[in-house]
Amino acid sequence: MFDLLIVAAMLGCAFQAVRGTRLLIAALWLAGASALTAIMMFRLGAPEVAVIELSVGAGLVTVLFVFAINIAGEEPPVTLRSLVPAPLAWIVALCAVGLGAAMALPNLRVESSLLQADKFATVLWEHRSLDVLLQVVLIIGGVLAVLGLLAEGRANARKESQ
Amino acid sequence: MMSLSLPLMAAVAVLGLLGIGLLGLLVTRNLIKVVVGLQVLVKGALLALLLAGRLSGQVQTGQTLALTVIVADTIVSVVALALAVQVRRQFGTLDLQALSTLRR
Repeated sequence: MFDLLIVAAMLGCAFQAVRGTRLLIAALWLAGASALTAIMMFRLGAPEVAVIELSVGAGLVTVLFVFAINIAGEEPPVTLRSLVPAPLAWIVALCAVGLGAAMALPNLRVESSLLQADKFATVLWEHRSLDVLLQVVLIIGGVLAVLGLLAEGRANARKESQ
Repeated sequence: MMSLSLPLMAAVAVLGLLGIGLLGLLVTRNLIKVVVGLQVLVKGALLALLLAGRLSGQVQTGQTLALTVIVADTIVSVVALALAVQVRRQFGTLDLQALSTLRR
């Protein structure tokens, strides 16, 4: 029953985040969906990732969204016609969910009753060290990309002012 | 034998989040809302990884993969939001339809 409530609230928050017309409110709905996802992760037996999702997904990313919306300025909440017609988009999304359910739900069974004996840190640092390297590269690349984008904006603004 | 109620609920959450994220990507015309749709989609993928790890008895491997996805998703969001800010400064709009026809 508790899981059902969590899932219903999570899907409701996600739907509101996607369908809302105001960007700031959409970002707050997304933060709610992230927090509920973190609870679901904890229930699935992944407390480490749940904490990271709560701090990064619901915290850092929300702050970034609010920051970006604040700088970019919120556009007036007009309802524009979507590029893909809305009925067609609904049909595509429902078909994708239906196909996923048809493939996944009948095969949803526990393959092994044995739980992995290793700790999270052991698996991360010893068995999946390539993932750690990839994360470091991603972080450095992301920081350089953002710095480049912001520097380009400043350079353009300086050029226009001259 | 583990009860199937929690994995079933998690599977419903995965399918729902993937569907909502896909719907968001298809119907939105705002650049920042595209990032919101992508975030919802990735949350579904994260839960799917953890569910797969739980069902196969390899929870820690699922957690490690989910951690990598969280890092990649955050970097993608940061770069996309910085791009959206620059686009708004340069062109004055976040509308994808208007951006696709603009010349500078």
